[in-house]
Amino acid sequence: MSHLVLAADSGNVLVWVVWFAAAAACVGSGVAVVSFSNPFYSALALIGNLASLAVLYLLLSAEFVAAAQVLVYAGAVMVMFLFVIAYLGGRADAPWAGGPNVNRVAAVAAALAILVETLVAIGLKAGDSLSHAASISGSFGSPAEIGRLFLTDHLLAFEITSVVLLIAAVGGVVLGAQARRLQAEEAEEALDPIARVPAEPVREESPVEVPAAR
Amino acid sequence: MKGPDVTWYLGVAAFMFATGALGVLIRRSPLIVLLSLELMLNACNLALIAFSRLHGDGAGQIFALSVMAVAASEVVVGLGLIVAMARRHLTLDVDKLTSLRG
Repeated sequence: MSHLVLAADSGNVLVWVVWFAAAAACVGSGVAVVSFSNPFYSALALIGNLASLAVLYLLLSAEFVAAAQVLVYAGAVMVMFLFVIAYLGGRADAPWAGGPNVNRVAAVAAALAILVETLVAIGLKAGDSLSHAASISGSFGSPAEIGRLFLTDHLLAFEITSVVLLIAAVGGVVLGAQARRLQAEEAEEALDPIARVPAEPVREESPVEVPAAR
Repeated sequence: MKGPDVTWYLGVAAFMFATGALGVLIRRSPLIVLLSLELMLNACNLALIAFSRLHGDGAGQIFALSVMAVAASEVVVGLGLIVAMARRHLTLDVDKLTSLRG
């Protein structure tokens, strides 16, 4: 009997250790995202944040969401981010550059207010209703269960999500095509010196300005 | 439920959300503002999944997956806008982008 209790306790301690490591990584990398001056490092810190969040999801027995998080977020979305940052070059701005001004102080106060409010709201409920987690079956959070929910109870959300993704893809193509057309026009103007306007007015103005200078 | 209560997960989510909000408010590079926005969305996802576990209801996980899809769409459009701004040789500083004219 005591053997069984010991085994249960050691399992509990293991979960606590994993939780603590993942939560510390989450919080640390979250602070790193905000405080790195180079966007490239911020994006890398966000990848670490997403990976440690996936561990927390696993502890909450949300297996499918954890897998989707790693594949979709830490994989696809962050690769897109890194490509754009590499394309634009690392234009760094230090978060503390320019010293404290009214906006900065107000921003820090607002963020602290959000933190305190949410922590107080959680703390008020901490003892009773938040500590009795429902008992769940083994299939909770599995791909089969998520798929069943998506195709039965939440079909509308599923369809709306697909429309949103389609619209985002079209929007990305439209924005990219417009930017490319603009760049092509600029390149054309640069190649064609006759089409440039400022050549003549400069010649007209110069005789007027020279006597004035004397 | 083995390990920490849902309360602890919600505390982590609250801290992450506040960090992301701070980043959105004080950073000026639009890329880092987008990254901080992702941080806030993920904090909400963590809270949703924690509540889903608390009530033993899968709807929270469905909601989290929808939030993920919306976040991916937002990143596509946001990065498209940032690249378009860079190609127009505008400064990538959210404090200096005050005009909506094209």
